[in-house]
This record gives sequence, C-alpha cells and structure tokens, in this order.
Amino acid sequence: MFGYSKLKIGIICSVLILGIFFCIPNFLSEATYNRLPTKMKAWFHPVTLGLDLQGGSYLLMEVDTDSLKKEKLDSLADVLRPTLRENKIYSKITVADGVLEVRLIKAAQLVEARELIRKQEKGLDIEAEGSVLKVRYSEKALAEMTEQAVNQSVEIVRRRIDELGTKEPQIQKQGIDRIVIQLPGVQDPSEIKMLMGKTAKLTFHLVDEETSPQAAQMGKLSPDSMLMNGEETGYVVLKRAVVVGGEQLEDARQSFSETGVPAVSFKFKSLGAKKFAKATSENIRRHLAIVLDGKVISAPEIQSPITGGNGIITGNFTVQSANDLALLLRSGALPAPLMVVEERVVGPGLGEDSIKAGTTACLIGLAAVFIFMLFVYRWMGIVADLTLIANGLLLLAALSFFGATLTLPGLAGIALTIGMAVDANILILERMKEEMMHGITVPKEVLKRGFQGSFSAILDGQLTTLFAALFLFLLGSGPVRGFGVTLGLGLATSLFAAIFVNKLILMVWVNIKKPTKINL
Amino acid sequence: MLNMFKKRELSIDFIRQRSLGFLLSVILLAVSVFSFCTKGLNYGIDFEGGILIEATSEQTVNLEQTRKALSFLRDLSIQTSGVEGKTILIQAKPEASENPNQLVEKIKSVLGTGFQYGQVEVVGPTIGDELKEKSLLASILALLAIAVYIWFRFEWPFAIGCLLALAHDMVIVVGFFSLFQWEFDMVVVAGLLSLAGYDCNDSIVTYDRVRENLRKFRKSPIDEILNRSINETLSRTILTSLTTLFVVLILLFVGGETLRGFSIAMVLGTILGTYSSIYIAVPLLRYFDVRSVGETADSTKTP
Repeated sequence: MFGYSKLKIGIICSVLILGIFFCIPNFLSEATYNRLPTKMKAWFHPVTLGLDLQGGSYLLMEVDTDSLKKEKLDSLADVLRPTLRENKIYSKITVADGVLEVRLIKAAQLVEARELIRKQEKGLDIEAEGSVLKVRYSEKALAEMTEQAVNQSVEIVRRRIDELGTKEPQIQKQGIDRIVIQLPGVQDPSEIKMLMGKTAKLTFHLVDEETSPQAAQMGKLSPDSMLMNGEETGYVVLKRAVVVGGEQLEDARQSFSETGVPAVSFKFKSLGAKKFAKATSENIRRHLAIVLDGKVISAPEIQSPITGGNGIITGNFTVQSANDLALLLRSGALPAPLMVVEERVVGPGLGEDSIKAGTTACLIGLAAVFIFMLFVYRWMGIVADLTLIANGLLLLAALSFFGATLTLPGLAGIALTIGMAVDANILILERMKEEMMHGITVPKEVLKRGFQGSFSAILDGQLTTLFAALFLFLLGSGPVRGFGVTLGLGLATSLFAAIFVNKLILMVWVNIKKPTKINL
Repeated sequence: MLNMFKKRELSIDFIRQRSLGFLLSVILLAVSVFSFCTKGLNYGIDFEGGILIEATSEQTVNLEQTRKALSFLRDLSIQTSGVEGKTILIQAKPEASENPNQLVEKIKSVLGTGFQYGQVEVVGPTIGDELKEKSLLASILALLAIAVYIWFRFEWPFAIGCLLALAHDMVIVVGFFSLFQWEFDMVVVAGLLSLAGYDCNDSIVTYDRVRENLRKFRKSPIDEILNRSINETLSRTILTSLTTLFVVLILLFVGGETLRGFSIAMVLGTILGTYSSIYIAVPLLRYFDVRSVGETADSTKTP
C-alpha cells in the first residue's frame, strides 16, 4: 500500500495550513500589521531581521576584571586598616597588580594578622614572605566575583539603555566576562558607549580638615585618609570611610541649583537618608565631598543637617552632562568598567541593499532549480517544485514563529537550502527510475520502492548537514549564528516537504488519475 | 545532457582511474599546504582585529588625498567600491596600545561631514584570536561528529573514507583562499562548515548504495561493486551537485559583497565534493576489508 492514513493526511495538511498562516505577517504592510491586537502580535510576527539587514549597532563589552580585582582589594584594604590597628597590629597596607601587601612592623604578629585577615573575608590566598603578607583572591573566588559582576552589569546596562529609550535593545551575557548589546536602528553608538564606559560609583566622604593637600602630597597622610583630585576642587584630602554610597540612592534627576546652574538632585532610600542625616548633623561647618568614579565633583560646606534625604549635587555641569549623570545614578553603578572589544555598525542603506541582494539571489536560485527540475523530470519535476514551494513556506513560517533572527548569511542559508532540498526529490526520483529499469511498472509499486529505497540516504545526508549547522550555531555570534539557525530549520522543513508533502501529492495523483505507468 | 541521464546503464571504470584521481588530489593538497605555510591566509577583520569603515560621499572620493589624510593609521588600506567611486572602504590594524574607538572618531572627523557611514566595525585583537581558535575547534568537531555518525550508520571504513574526503575538500578550499589571498573571514568559515555538512551527502548516497550492493552481490569482487555503486548513483550525484552549484553561483554573482567569501567557498566546495566522493571516498573503501566488516554488522543489524 502506498500512501497515508486519513489521520496522517490531516496532520500533514494542518502543518501546511499553519505554515501558510504563520507566513502571513511577513507579507502584511506595517500599517496593517500594527492594527492587529497586541496579544496576537506576541505570537504572530514577521521574521526578525538581524542587525546586518535592518541596520543598527552591535557592541561587545568586556568587564574589566583587573579593575574589579583592584576595587575589591582596595575595599578589603579599607576594612583591614582599622581592624588590624584595633588589634594592635601595626602595618603598612598597599594594593598593586592584584596583590594586597601587608607589611608588618613586628614580624611576630604574622600569624595573628593572618587569622584576622582570614576572618574578614573568604576566598583569600595568603602567603607569608618574611614580615610581609601577600593576599590574593583565589581563582575560585575571582571566578565567582566575575560572574556576579557580569550578571550585575547586564542588569545595570539594561537599565541604562532602557532609560535612553532605545527601541528593542538586546542585552545578553556572553561567555565568562562579556556582554553583547544589540541596538537596532542606532547609527551612532558613541553616546551609549560613553554611558557604558562609566561605572558611576558615587560616594560621599567627609573632608579631612586636619591635613592640607600640600602636606598630603609630601606624604604626611594618615592611613585613614586619602588624597583625591577634582576638576573644580583641585586636590582634596578625604576620609576613607564612606558616609553614604550611591547604592542608597532612590532617585536622581537633572535640575537647577538656586543660582540657576544645571545640577543633579537626588533622593536617598530610608537607610541612606538616616545615615546622611546623622553625618550632616554631626559635622556642621565641615565639608562633605561628593566623589564620582575616583574624582571629587564638589566638596561643599555642611550648612545645616540634611534630614529629608534629599540633596543636590552641583559641579561643572551642562544640562546634558547633568542629565547623563542623573541617568547613571538612577540606574546604579557598574561593579567594574566595561570596555568595548568589538563594535559593528550597519547603516540602514547597506542593510536594505543586503536584503535586496539576498532575496534576489534566493528568488533567482529558486527559479533556476525550478526550471532545471522541469527540464530533467517533466511532470515529476512539477511535483518536486511543489514540494520546494512547500519547503520555502514552511521555512519562512518556522523562522517567523520561532522568532529566529534572519541575517544576510541566513539568507544565503535559505538559498542553499533550496539547492540542497531538491537532493531528496532527486534521490527519490532516481530510485524510481532504477526500479522501473528493473522491470517494475505498477505506479504505486514504483512510488513505494522509490521512497523506501532512498529514505536512509536522505536521512543520513540531512543529519550530517544538521551537525554542521549545530556547530555553526554554537560557534557563531550574530550573523553566523543566524546562518546556523536558518540552515538547521531549513533541513527540518525540507525533510518534511520532500518526504511527507511529496508523498502526499503523489498519492493524491495516483489515486485520482489512476495512471498505468510513470514517465520519467 | 538529458541523454546522459536517460542512458540505461552507465559503466565508467572509476576505480581503475583512481590513481589519476589520487595524483590530482595529492598535487592539489601539496599546493594548498605549501601556500598555507608560506603565504598564510589573508585574514579579515573578524580574525585579525582592526577597523573597517565603509563611507559614501556625495562626490567621487579623491583616494590619494584621503590616503594622505589618514596616514596616521597602521596597515591602512583604502579601496573604492561601487562604480562611481563615491564609496570607500577603509581598513586598518591599529597597535594594541591605540584605542580603536578613538581612532574611529578621529577618522570620522578627518573625513568631515560629507560622508554617510554604511558600516563601521571595530574588532579587538583578542576577539580575533579567540574566534580563530573557536572556528578551528568547531570545524574539527563538526568533522568528527559527522565521522562518528557515519561510523555508527555504516561501520568504520566508511567513516574514514568520508572523513578523508571531507578533510581533503576543506584543506583545498582553504588552500585556494591562501593561494589567491582572498579575504578569509567568519562568513568563509560558515561556508566551510556548511560545506562539511553538505559535502558528505554525495559520499553517503554512494555508500548507501555500496552497502546495498554488498548484500545483493555477495560473490562479486569489491572493485566491481564500488564501480557499480558509483555508476548507479552518478546521475543523482551530478544532478544535485548541479542544482546546488546553480544556487551558489547565483549567490556569488548576485548575493553582494558580504557573501562573496561564502559563495566562493561553496562553489569550490561543491565541485570538489562531487569529485572527492567519486575519486576519493569510494575508491578508498577497496583498501579496507569492507565486506567482512559489513558482514559482522549485518548480523547485529536488522537488514
């Protein structure tokens, strides 16, 4: 018996109808599509075009793990200094090249100091060299630190970009320490790069009024204080202890100061507000420095206690830079700076040209294969061509439905699928020809043997290509990945079309026309 | 052409011609490897890192002047693309110490406002090295995965034959890229990988027939069976190669600049793949005891 049961026919037909249905959004005009209900648009959408086809920016950012390490060690040093001193262990603590060095005055305190450091923080490798303790983060702790920092960065990058109102940005973690940012339609990513390059770490410190910057530069600096530069303030000596940090901010907006210059006004969360109120009421007439990414923005005098949790930062701002800073403060600080390691920008004109070239190539390829099949196989060629159309429809539907991204290499993948998909048809037809040469003439028997005899070769051939597609997907990023997806989906749809749809058409033909022989 | 496919029984003695095929392959492989070792590959920015800018002006661009203005860039190359000479392609490989993003800004400011930017790409050098490693790894893994699959489906001599034929084709395609110094970028690797997948189809179809004929004609000498299998599947091999070749040729001529490398790799690969399945993958089988391997497999598998 050659053919399918009613149930199978029903399934094949439903798949085809669904295929046609899910292709529809690709052919609707934008205005018509936009009139559809939003709920429907969630699953009924046209193919997503990759950045290389629709134009836009692709940024690959890397989390600066060296800075992250330094940052962590610096803050560890800030904690260790008072802790060791409280335990009467006197030392000089420095941080350089990913190592924190504790130079003890008395070598005898080595063991005690080591214990204290261990208690303070987990995941440290501590080595002793004479009276010096060398403290490093272990590989495992560093890996955890990086992972945490990357996850946190993705979140903050997303908030920052959302604030900018870019349409449909895609932000993903990639590998160990990288973040991919895809921004359709963005032609000039320089503003975004600028915003991503800033960690926006904001801290408030009391000014060390006892030490002058000049004295500090000569080296007369208490271990609890640090010297820091600022554009407006020049060098200022600050207490290392942080009064309040940017993580306590609830909101920040661009505003104007009483004198009418652009400023950033902010509001603390309740805990931050309490800390800020306490610090300001205890230190009236002293100066409070506002530090952003290691630079002093301003160090105004505290006139009166600030208890409401609201404040204002003035500095050398323009409206734009105050706006940017407010945005950065609102979205939170990055754990470490992000560096651009790869950047690709495609203009919309080039994308359109690529779509045109790619689609033209696909259509001409399809036409060539069409005519070739007709030429070689005549009437049976028509059946092959019908299955090609079915394949094309199903592939487009699958790409649309699964929300796969179509890239220029992806278009090449479609063209390639067209060329390769007929392989299955040719295998079946050639097998039929052979069977007829061996004296089988009953059409149904010829068809049955044609399919049976060629199935294993078809399946093996398609599966090996699927392996290649899989590795393309795993290897590639962006366009090449899109190619892998298209190739893989194309293999699946062409298998369906060449076997099921093909068989169905032939079955209908044999049953209706009842031919006495097959011409090949 | 049609007559050739209509002819009832083809019998070309491919197995006897095999030495000729092997000789040709050895020559091609030698040239490829030699070129690869001496000339290397002309890596694109994907692999080498660097800057690529495509800019279009309203007027014809004065290349000499532009080149002078941008002479601060290392390894600078400027080409015009398009007929009217209004579009230029600037490529450069900055020192590791230079900030490529700042360089792009500098290039834009040197060129001035009269330009529209079609494409701007900046790839850091570490990314390129990683990508080279990943591409090589992916290619090797893909080949191995295919070989393992064939081993499971057909037994090991077939897997070795297919693997050698595949490696042969890929090496020669890469050799061509080296010999003619065509730009080798990520899209070419995509071409090579899809080639790996597509390429073995021809071998598989013929192997499928070899397996069938081994069962059918238990007494015939192996050479006869191999020849018969190649001849029986020859029309299919040529027909599919032709349809694929059509498509990739069209991609080459109409697909645009970006896909050029991919298309070249596929055109070469399609031709080589057909050749290698006939002259390498199948003739290699005669050097193994395919029959006894096939027999032990028969007893474990349902026919």
